Amino acid sequence: MKLRVEVWRQADPTDRGHFETHEVDGLEPHLSVLEMLDALNEQLIDSGREPVAFESDCREGICGACGVTVDGQVHGPEDNLPSCHQRLINLDDGASVRIEPLRSAGFPVVRDLIVDRSGLDDLIRAGGYVSINAGTAPDADSLPVGEQQAEKALDFAACIGCGACVAACPNGSAHLFTGAKLAHLSMLPMASTERQRRAHSMVRAAEELFGPCSYYGECARACPAEINLNAIAAFNHERMLAGLKRRL
Amino acid sequence: MRITDKLKDQFGRIGRESAPTQDSHTPKRPTSTVPGVRLGHDLNSKVPEGDPETAWDRRRDEYRLVSPLNTKKMTIVVVGTGLAGAGAAAALGELGYDVHAFTYHDAARRAHSVAAQGGINSARARKVDGDSLHRFVKDTIKGGDFRAREADAFRLGIESVRVIDHMDAIGAPFAREYGGTLATRSFGGVQVSRTYYTRGQTGQQLQVAGAQALQRQVTRGTVKLHTRTEMLDLIVDQGVCRGVVVRDLVSGQVWAQPAHAVILATGGYGSVYFHSTLAVNCNASASWRACRHGAYLANPSFVQFHPTALPISSHWQSKSILMSESLRNDGRIWVPKKTGDTRPAAEIGEAERDYYLERKYPAFGNLAPRDISSRAAKEQIDSGHGVGPLANSVYLDFSDALEAQGRETIAQRYGNLFEMYKRATGEDPYQVPMRIAPGAHFTMGGLWSDFNQMTSLPGLFVGGEVGWGYHGANRLGANSLLSACVDGWFTLPFALPDYLNPLLGQPLPTASDSSVREAVARVEQRTASLLAVGGKQAASKFHRRLGEIMYRGCGVERSRASLLQALAEVRELRAEFWNDLSVPGSGAHLNQALERAGRVADFLELAELMCTDALDREESCGAHFRSEYQDDGEAERNDQRWAFVSAWQVDGPPQGTPGDLVFTRHAEPLDFEAIPLATRSYK
Repeated sequence: MKLRVEVWRQADPTDRGHFETHEVDGLEPHLSVLEMLDALNEQLIDSGREPVAFESDCREGICGACGVTVDGQVHGPEDNLPSCHQRLINLDDGASVRIEPLRSAGFPVVRDLIVDRSGLDDLIRAGGYVSINAGTAPDADSLPVGEQQAEKALDFAACIGCGACVAACPNGSAHLFTGAKLAHLSMLPMASTERQRRAHSMVRAAEELFGPCSYYGECARACPAEINLNAIAAFNHERMLAGLKRRL
Repeated sequence: MRITDKLKDQFGRIGRESAPTQDSHTPKRPTSTVPGVRLGHDLNSKVPEGDPETAWDRRRDEYRLVSPLNTKKMTIVVVGTGLAGAGAAAALGELGYDVHAFTYHDAARRAHSVAAQGGINSARARKVDGDSLHRFVKDTIKGGDFRAREADAFRLGIESVRVIDHMDAIGAPFAREYGGTLATRSFGGVQVSRTYYTRGQTGQQLQVAGAQALQRQVTRGTVKLHTRTEMLDLIVDQGVCRGVVVRDLVSGQVWAQPAHAVILATGGYGSVYFHSTLAVNCNASASWRACRHGAYLANPSFVQFHPTALPISSHWQSKSILMSESLRNDGRIWVPKKTGDTRPAAEIGEAERDYYLERKYPAFGNLAPRDISSRAAKEQIDSGHGVGPLANSVYLDFSDALEAQGRETIAQRYGNLFEMYKRATGEDPYQVPMRIAPGAHFTMGGLWSDFNQMTSLPGLFVGGEVGWGYHGANRLGANSLLSACVDGWFTLPFALPDYLNPLLGQPLPTASDSSVREAVARVEQRTASLLAVGGKQAASKFHRRLGEIMYRGCGVERSRASLLQALAEVRELRAEFWNDLSVPGSGAHLNQALERAGRVADFLELAELMCTDALDREESCGAHFRSEYQDDGEAERNDQRWAFVSAWQVDGPPQGTPGDLVFTRHAEPLDFEAIPLATRSYK
């Protein structure tokens, strides 16, 4: 099949950027959006033109490196799927498709479709870790964790850090990402030891670096790891607990 | 004292005394039948004399230390932030060292360790199922077909116990039993249950926990994390590794980071096959550049092909997505008995199907080890029994399981995998059998290192898949996450201080030192030569063609003829690359075409060495199956002649300049004291 691809080109963060249109032939419906970009890029390089810069790595939905906006939709037309799993099956032969970077004030464009998502790592550095050194941990069997508890922690820990939640949010909020991390770590015995301190600093960082939450719910619709709005509840719950503990 | 003398002094101190040349006591290594290959000397493994089971404990007690007051004066570079790299950087940061960690990703968490599914083994042996340290080592060594280093496998088993405790404590939510204790499951090639897991995303959870621990050190100021920065060369001063040269992938700036020691944790080189289960950015450049500076590459032809990868069905398909091995618990693998049978699966009656794994390996059936399953599939495909539009796959059929257990049970077990399969292929595995094919997956070969994880280039250490020691000629499932975690969090932090101890007070090279200036100049020259080719073909095209050559000539099964042909084709392709490569743009900005070109240039050299090693080793072992050396279809080892590790030295002109690569084969003899040599059989 053949597609008409309108793709965002931007040389660097200071460039205004523009759309460029290319025709890509020889595609098949079960290829991913990223494989379509591969085909476009090989075509560009063969003719001596610079390829469209975009980020991707594992191509199986777990690394979180990829993320483009397809016809205005974060990651692509299907909910809860990363770009590498968004197939061309919904497009007709000869159709047009518009590819842009993830759009959010917190994610400045680096080049073409690549954005800077380092703000998410700033949030982790604000306390999204466990302060235990190598070799000092107690026997993991001596600290029982309920089967369901471990499963629930994993539901939140499944976040792939792609930033779709931020890009999908009209406010550019990172509450889903932050809440998922707070929930994940609050459910594990060793990690919950520093729960209050973590909640206090991560909440503050999330509000300083990204927008506030207005409960649109767009984040959960886009999230490829299917983190649900319970993470937002966890964000508020952890914030409240930390606030209460500090006052006591 | 000059640094080199200090190091000489140090190397003499630890380990078995043996001259680095072949003396009268060592048996003669077989001469090579590969034209141009030179024979080197026998290598000293530096494994302490005596019982291999206690070797690591004894060695740890011998190690010299760096006082906590002095650690901040020592600079260590860690390249890669996967399980091994993030672990090493974080653990060394915790000890107070001045650590510089590099990743080409935008975030440390994205390293490809994240994609591992099944689990992590540990010899905790809590259950009464007969597991023990000894059994862990036996399974690992036997699984590797006796081409691994026994003492390394013991070290891995010993440290495996607290790795689980540590990863659990720093945030990996391991699956638990209802009573709250850690749950385990069993995996291919073993008869006990020692695999710890977090659903089908164990790699992700360990990786995220490790990356968080790394970020904690960044906050503490002990680790400086350089993202979007790719290592392109080593600083080598009088034969000692003293830092790295990197390129900032955004600005294009090339700069040097001197260090007292360098750790490579840059993963395997399976993506040389183009279509593999690896991520698209995975590459061999760090290890290959090290190799070009005198670090030996061990057994490069030992590559594991995963039997349950998705077949390639169209030109632009970018990878072989891995379908979890667990599918083989309920799926039955078959091909039509008739060759060239293009009827849909449903029309092929029971009597016309060949369930070849069940037929050939009744004891293990569809759960035969990876190398054996992959080889059996290849045999069926090559003999005209393959299925699918390109006749390049075999069926993995769930219809019996669906009938016996019901759709609900199967959906619960494999629902997400079935969905992923459907999205990728457009076929519904509830209705028609899945199609699978062997795909390049894990490289057991890697940079040779001694028992202290140091390569043959002093000052250069390895951790994780970039190294070689544990897996021999075939890796057991769930041992790769283990080896990366153990190396990063424990082995390297234990071993490094011993090397660093005599270097205290030694100033680092500065930008004006010739070793640094030369290393930077090499990188700039290389970038310039890639940009200067001015041809008409993208690097990705060469990469795809290289993959085809390697699958055909140096894949699941190799023969002298296929390897000789592959060697010729690789050399030809390399010449074409340097004649017709297109790299638009410049080196002074973010240029993914340039990044890719540099990686493919390295693959084109590495591939030649892989074929050379496969051609040189005239036996079959594990995943290295030479069709000339078999016993009724099973790999036939030759311990008399080949019970050693081939560690290759590479010499040759700089990349892109005329001249041939010259390969020298050094050897590390393998002794098996605790686990006696035996023939591997799964029949």
